[in-house]
Amino acid sequence: MADLVLQTEELVLYFQTRKGVVQAVDKVDFSLPRNQAIVILGESGCGKSSLARAILRLLPRNVARYTGKVYLDNKEIMEMDEESFRREVRWSGISMIPQAAMNALNPVLRVGDQVAEPAILHVGMERQEALNLATRMFEYVGVPTAFLQRYPFELSGGMRQRVAIAMALMTSPQVVILDEPTSALDVLTQASIMNTLKRIKQELEISYILITHDIATSSDLVDHVAVMYAGQIVEVSDATRFFGEPLHPYSQKLLAAVPRLHGRQTLEFIPGRPPSLINPPTGCRFAERCHRRFERCDQEPPTLQVDGHLVKCWLYET
Amino acid sequence: MPSWTRGSVSVAAGYKGRTMGVLKDALREIRQYPSAIFGVFISFLLIVVSIYTVITVPYQEAIVLWRGGEDIWHNVPRTVPPVWTNLFRREKLPETIILDSRQGGGERTEEPLGQGKMITQVYTFDYQADDFPREINIFYTASFTAKAPFLSVKWRTPDGREIAIADVVLRPSGSFRFAQDEALLRRIRRLIGDVPVEVGLFTSPHPEGAPKPLKGTYQVEVRVTTFEPDAEVETELVIYGKVYGIAGTDHLRRDLKIALLWGAPVALAFGLLAALGTTVTTMIIAATGTWFSGWVDGLIQRVTEINMMLPFLPILIMVGTFYSRSIWVILGATILLSIFGSGIKTYRAIFLQIRESPYIEAARAYGASDWRIILHYLVPRILPVLIPNLVTMIPSYVFLEASLAVLGLGDPILPTWGKVIQDAVANGAPYKGLYYWVLEPAFLLMFTGLGFAMLGFSLDRIFNPKLREM
Amino acid sequence: MSESPIPSVSSPQESLLSVRDLRVWFELRRFGLGVAGYVHAVDGVNFDLGGSEAVAIVGESGCGKSSLMRTILGLHRPRSGRILFDGRDLSGFGRQELRWYRTRVGYVQQDPYGALPPFMNVQNILEEPLIVAGVGDRNQRRERVWRALEEVKMTPVEDFLTKFPHQLSGGQQQRVVIARAILMKPRLLVADEPVSMLDASVRVEILTLLRDLQESHGLSVMYITHDLSTVRYFSERVFVMYAGKIIEKGPIDSVVENPKHPYTWALLAAIPEPAAENARRFREVPPGEPPSLINPPSGCRFHPRCSEAILDLCNVQEPPEFEPEPEHLVACWLYR
Repeated sequence: MADLVLQTEELVLYFQTRKGVVQAVDKVDFSLPRNQAIVILGESGCGKSSLARAILRLLPRNVARYTGKVYLDNKEIMEMDEESFRREVRWSGISMIPQAAMNALNPVLRVGDQVAEPAILHVGMERQEALNLATRMFEYVGVPTAFLQRYPFELSGGMRQRVAIAMALMTSPQVVILDEPTSALDVLTQASIMNTLKRIKQELEISYILITHDIATSSDLVDHVAVMYAGQIVEVSDATRFFGEPLHPYSQKLLAAVPRLHGRQTLEFIPGRPPSLINPPTGCRFAERCHRRFERCDQEPPTLQVDGHLVKCWLYET
Repeated sequence: MPSWTRGSVSVAAGYKGRTMGVLKDALREIRQYPSAIFGVFISFLLIVVSIYTVITVPYQEAIVLWRGGEDIWHNVPRTVPPVWTNLFRREKLPETIILDSRQGGGERTEEPLGQGKMITQVYTFDYQADDFPREINIFYTASFTAKAPFLSVKWRTPDGREIAIADVVLRPSGSFRFAQDEALLRRIRRLIGDVPVEVGLFTSPHPEGAPKPLKGTYQVEVRVTTFEPDAEVETELVIYGKVYGIAGTDHLRRDLKIALLWGAPVALAFGLLAALGTTVTTMIIAATGTWFSGWVDGLIQRVTEINMMLPFLPILIMVGTFYSRSIWVILGATILLSIFGSGIKTYRAIFLQIRESPYIEAARAYGASDWRIILHYLVPRILPVLIPNLVTMIPSYVFLEASLAVLGLGDPILPTWGKVIQDAVANGAPYKGLYYWVLEPAFLLMFTGLGFAMLGFSLDRIFNPKLREM
Repeated sequence: MSESPIPSVSSPQESLLSVRDLRVWFELRRFGLGVAGYVHAVDGVNFDLGGSEAVAIVGESGCGKSSLMRTILGLHRPRSGRILFDGRDLSGFGRQELRWYRTRVGYVQQDPYGALPPFMNVQNILEEPLIVAGVGDRNQRRERVWRALEEVKMTPVEDFLTKFPHQLSGGQQQRVVIARAILMKPRLLVADEPVSMLDASVRVEILTLLRDLQESHGLSVMYITHDLSTVRYFSERVFVMYAGKIIEKGPIDSVVENPKHPYTWALLAAIPEPAAENARRFREVPPGEPPSLINPPSGCRFHPRCSEAILDLCNVQEPPEFEPEPEHLVACWLYR
């Protein structure tokens, strides 16, 4: 077994809403080897952002069920009390660049002070020390150090996103969760930020969990792919295998829907809509939209091993 | 602008359909807020009371009653608290006893006597209160041509004593006031002790310590002797109590119930019209300014800024003092002065955001006119802010009207809560211990304020879910 | 527009929309006192769009593509230049003609949720343009709304009429937006990033729908996007915009397979296609960020970031359009 930095077992996160219990994350197992990147791919509402929250224990008040195990560096962190979790895991173990992080900066604080803050709070650095580190981080992620003194509105979207990355790196975490890090950016900015993320991964030996719906961009960064559908992970595969020959019918369809610059294949789309997470189907959750559906799909499929890859589909049962 | 006239017709129709859905949702949600239910209950109660008042005591009648003097209120005691205050007293205060010969209030016997007759009217009543009455009067009407009838009154106590009260020659109509008869006062002093008439008649002779009322059945014999064949005399004995009605009375013997009941529709009308007039106009002006921007917006902003510096209350006081104290004039002045208030700035900030919405751009692209965009696309977005705001503003205008009335600028004709307070204060109610007089209208004002405030705040939470606790 | 003073570059026989030397500048005000400068959002743009032709305008945010689009929609007044629709100059339009023009042009926006008034249901949203256009008869309006919803495949229609925008999925919202755009049977559809906020599979649905509508109605389409990868599925020609100017135009295949302008090279190189090798290499990205449109660089506006820039030429003189291949034009000195 490879050296795993993060691992989840049967991670469950349900929310209580007025309409019923939303099964946002339903028994999710995945593991992330050290200094590698995994993408959690899925469409909006599939539970991928909730999965990130479940790992970091950033929970809203209406949690109905929150169980399972999460190992960081082979240490179980679900059972930690809130205080030690905050001290040992959040930021210092796993940090996160939230969705639209570039718009999440406090508009009335200088970006330098904001970037220094996690190091002061979570590592206990002195202010000056933290600011020095922030300066180095700015250089590292490609933000001119003069920008330390600026306010967020004075920076372009790409620069603000880099600031958010610098902030996530301040506490030298082992894992960084990236939630749609480039979705609102232009292609050139997107490419350049992906370059930066790649360089950081190589040089700082960091592991990434990338959460996105954008398959093409995710292929720029990741070593492993986990596909999430309706609260469950339906396929875990390494990138080479996945982008060449995905196993799960949903993954196949998803890949076929990606527009290509070169070549002229017709785009496919998946008819129908994902099921409600309040009363998901008892069998395979994708069955209703699946082009390869058969009788067994009415029962919940097991997670099967195919050449070392995991797929939750009856098609691969031997 | 032709598009404006065409648009405005469909505006009304369009709003109905569009706001209905929103309102329906709001009503459904309102049930989850106890404070909202309470607020709705109070508002509903006030509306029911207002309707009841306007139907049972029509405006003209209310004015006549409220402006009437002794002719209407002669048999009502002066400045006494409501009856229900007895519930909190160990020693019960007497209620007013009215015995009227025309209404068969006593036993009547007639004997012919010469050309005229002798009418004996015996009034019997049971007296069980722990305090003495406030005063005792006999009112009469006498019809005769030349020779005036003659009246004599005898008082019989439960313990069998008989006290001669008076012998009076009658006028066509008038009253005999026990307390003002010097002879009677002397007689009481001799028979009972040094006490007022209404005390002396209801107590045992020469009591030890403070006099106590003697409980039991009293009889008052009123004997009238007429001297003409057609002469007729009717009498009314009033033993004034020390409590009255559900609201008590004021210094002019008026039943406060009239003023307190009429205060509700007046307050509601003033509050609602002022709040509605101001918010709706403010919103439309703000929307217009924001949409057209440029000099229109600049002008509106400058007018607002100047207006916000003007002292609001002093101007109202000047209007009241020098021009008219009519509630409608004051209402108009209030609306005029409040239109260009802080609301313009608040709504403008919101409209500036909404103005940039893609759906507004889409509307421009398919050619919607400026007014259509303002009324159809900008205004509906602000209703969730406006409606709670409007409801919360109602009490502040109700209070404003009351404050003006307390300052002596109340409507000269209409009875309102504020004017009751002003009367009470002017007549020294707080110093004389007549607390009910001040507390009743004050309570109604606060009750109204509380109701609308609670409703407004919960509506705010319903319409603006961001304020809700997660 | 043969009599046009500026020769048209590639003029299809019937051009529906012609844009001639269009400039859209925005004033920068100095505290209400005078003009402090201009944002040169669109600075000399020429193109023709044929009937039933779909073109894509590609560029990064702030390149002026949205301003160009809004000017064509009649939402901004150009500073100079002409927009001809069906041979008629927009600037000469009176109230009535403008109303007519607005029924001829449909508009599909980027953010489907924001594009729909949240307090109206689908029926009311779609009736609005008809009311504005003066379709007085209620039944006629309902009939047209019904047909438009059928065309965007929102069936059964009666299920959707009373829905409010927040009760619809992103894809359905975008269908309503498209239904609104085609209600008046326009000849030109302006689509501003119509799929960028949608999930991958929904994206394909909407692109397919737009493509079908374009073909069945013979619509001309201006497809505005920053994402070159979707362009191919939709349009015949592509215009690449940079800092207020169109720097390259040509048939889509020619531009994608054989780009001419260094900026287009960069743009194409930055677009990922799902492949595992991507993770093992770095992409080439030109340094810096797009210039400020208040004081755009002299000469070629891309020269400060361009690796091929020719000293004393690119930074001094603005490049004219060259035609290194038929129908494929590029504003770059490399092709002089």
